[in-house]
Amino acid sequence: MSETTVDIDIAALRRKQPRFRGIEAGHRACLGCGQALAARLMTEAAGPDVTLTNATGCLEVFTTPWPESAWRVPWMHSLFENSAAIAAGVEAAYKMQGRKTKVIAMGGDGSTFDIGFQALSGALERGHNMLYICYDNEAYMNTGIQRSSSTPHAATTTTSPAGKARMGKRHLKKDIITIIAAHHIPYAATTSVAYPSDVRKKVRRAMAIEGPTFLLIHAPCPLGWGHEGNLTIEVARLAVQTGLFPIIELERGQLANAMPIRDPRPVTDYLKVQNRFRHLFADDLRAKEELEHLQALADYNMETYDLRGEGPDAMDTEAADTVKRRGTRWA
Amino acid sequence: MPLALEGSQALARTVALCRPQVVAAYPITPQTHIVENISRLVADGVFDCEFVSVESEFSAASVALGAAAAGSRAYTASASQGIMLMSEVLFNIAGLRVPMVMTCANRSVGGPLNIWNDQQDSMAVRDSGWIQLYCADNQEAIDTTIQAYRIAERTELPVMVCVDGFTLTHTLEPLELPSQEEVDAFLPPYAFSRSLDPAHPISIGTLVTPEHFSEVRHAHHTAMVKAIAEIEAADGDWQALSGRSGGALLESSGPADATVGVLTIGSIHGTLLEAMTEYPASEPVRLIKLRCFRPFPAAAIRAACAGLERLVVVERALSPGSGGIVGNEVRAALSTMEQPPRVENYAVGLGGRDVPLDLYPRLLEADGEVGGFSVFDVDVSRLAPEDQ
Ligand SMILES: Cc1ncc(C[n+]2csc(CCOP(=O)(O)OP(=O)(O)O)c2C)c(N)n1
Repeated sequence: MSETTVDIDIAALRRKQPRFRGIEAGHRACLGCGQALAARLMTEAAGPDVTLTNATGCLEVFTTPWPESAWRVPWMHSLFENSAAIAAGVEAAYKMQGRKTKVIAMGGDGSTFDIGFQALSGALERGHNMLYICYDNEAYMNTGIQRSSSTPHAATTTTSPAGKARMGKRHLKKDIITIIAAHHIPYAATTSVAYPSDVRKKVRRAMAIEGPTFLLIHAPCPLGWGHEGNLTIEVARLAVQTGLFPIIELERGQLANAMPIRDPRPVTDYLKVQNRFRHLFADDLRAKEELEHLQALADYNMETYDLRGEGPDAMDTEAADTVKRRGTRWA
Repeated sequence: MPLALEGSQALARTVALCRPQVVAAYPITPQTHIVENISRLVADGVFDCEFVSVESEFSAASVALGAAAAGSRAYTASASQGIMLMSEVLFNIAGLRVPMVMTCANRSVGGPLNIWNDQQDSMAVRDSGWIQLYCADNQEAIDTTIQAYRIAERTELPVMVCVDGFTLTHTLEPLELPSQEEVDAFLPPYAFSRSLDPAHPISIGTLVTPEHFSEVRHAHHTAMVKAIAEIEAADGDWQALSGRSGGALLESSGPADATVGVLTIGSIHGTLLEAMTEYPASEPVRLIKLRCFRPFPAAAIRAACAGLERLVVVERALSPGSGGIVGNEVRAALSTMEQPPRVENYAVGLGGRDVPLDLYPRLLEADGEVGGFSVFDVDVSRLAPEDQ
């Protein structure tokens, strides 16, 4: 038997790892799962003194097949539509007990945009001291890729398939962040797994605020979107660079920061790498129209959030992790 | 000294005596007065709790669940459509074996819309895995609520205290309210063995596959059956302390040689008691008042029915297409007796239909079909001609 020695400085490697991770490896997420990565980044930033609530969905299922659990912080799953309300109850209890432990509610886009929206809106309105995190993979993935109100326009899912009479989802992706903004909570933001330090930074920022905060993390699902697992980061980054998923921060409902896009890409660059948009590249007039429609949506975001950056940057061509302070132009 | 209190007011003050740290509720008739009274106690600084005024019953039950899981005693109350809306959470609370207490101010379930009393709401969630105790009067409601916390916390099973809407919740009565010292002596501070604590992180509500699910259900069922002893013990201990019973599993009254029995659940008992003096029956009658419906005290029911030849089961709900819910379960329980009584079964007082005193003689005279069921007091001429 031949022996290979690899020269690795284990101690140096360890030092590069974050000190605490609330979710362990070994869970059962698919290869390249954006949500698993987002959850890991979140727990690294949140630290050990947190309690998590989790709506029904992929994350809940792949992390806790009894008698195993990937979580190293207190974690509770109750139902699909009450993650925010369970968190509100935990927060109320901790408040009465005089504890400072931060409560973080988590849910997928189905749970957040659709079925659990009422509980979320109620919790934000009541001002609970909690952070709500939505892992946005743009469909009901746990039940097999059905459309949600977060599914982008024209994407195929198992309940919005493309066919002779349809070009995928007929409706727009719900503008959840604007709806959240209307609650005038202290802090709300969007981020993406393509920008790990942005995710961590925003979690830390939200954690430091006393009151309700909201974070929407764009997290590709290779299975549901139809791309290879090793392309998750690339696909997520393209969503941002095309302007389809703006990375912004809101304070009391007002736009405070936006990640500039120095070198905007056409939406087709993002769409063509995913099977869920494959039908848009057929030789079909309606497909062409839908592509134009999607480009118009991206252009609208560029305008609305003033996303255009100042051209290529020698240090940072992707504009990654650069957040530019802006005024309150957007209302 | 007895105080003249409305049922809801008494319940609110009783809840405060139990010192829940988190109360979450949403208004619905006839439960509203309970949460309004609690809100007032909180506003007046008499009751120190986090009162979470939620946006739905779904969140009311969820907030209470989160709070109880996080290590605080929790309370909620609802009725009717509210119970239906929170039913998914009710199953979840029980399945996760998280202890808490709620009041169900019993009301019919629409449609058609009807805000008055029957027990269709709590009966609809009888299989949710909650302990269910039905109160015959407001004094029982007070004593049962206090006992409910002890039962819940010792068994790690949630308890639903059922009080008839309006009949109890909106009635002014002279009531004995225990002192804070008495309640504190009976009810130790809340200590949940599996609470959400970063110092001892656990995962609650995980995915359980077929490999373990039957065992989970078995454990839940076993815990419910074992709770019978806790329910009896709580009532015995409370009686020793306060001098009052909350109604045990059931209570039966009347001559030992009676061969006719009437079994009721909830406040109809009071009406029948009065009716018995107003309309003395030709033969001795035993009244059986069922307080504990879940767990179902089959052995106690058999013992209470010993010697009876005829039993009339009167209830305030039904399972359409099947019959009486209580009646069917009583029949099943009695079937193992050597000489079971003949059982007749009626649903009365549906959607607030008056339960007059003369119901008693009419029930005894009705001589209904043995093994059958009917809704009592139906006047088909009130239906549209095509439905008659
Ligand atoms: C009341 C209710 N309706 C439906 C379901 C079935 N269900 C479980 S998870 C899920 C989809 C989850 O989608 P999402 O919130 O987007 O999370 P993901 O799985 O994509 O991470 C659905 C429909 C349920 N558990 N409860």
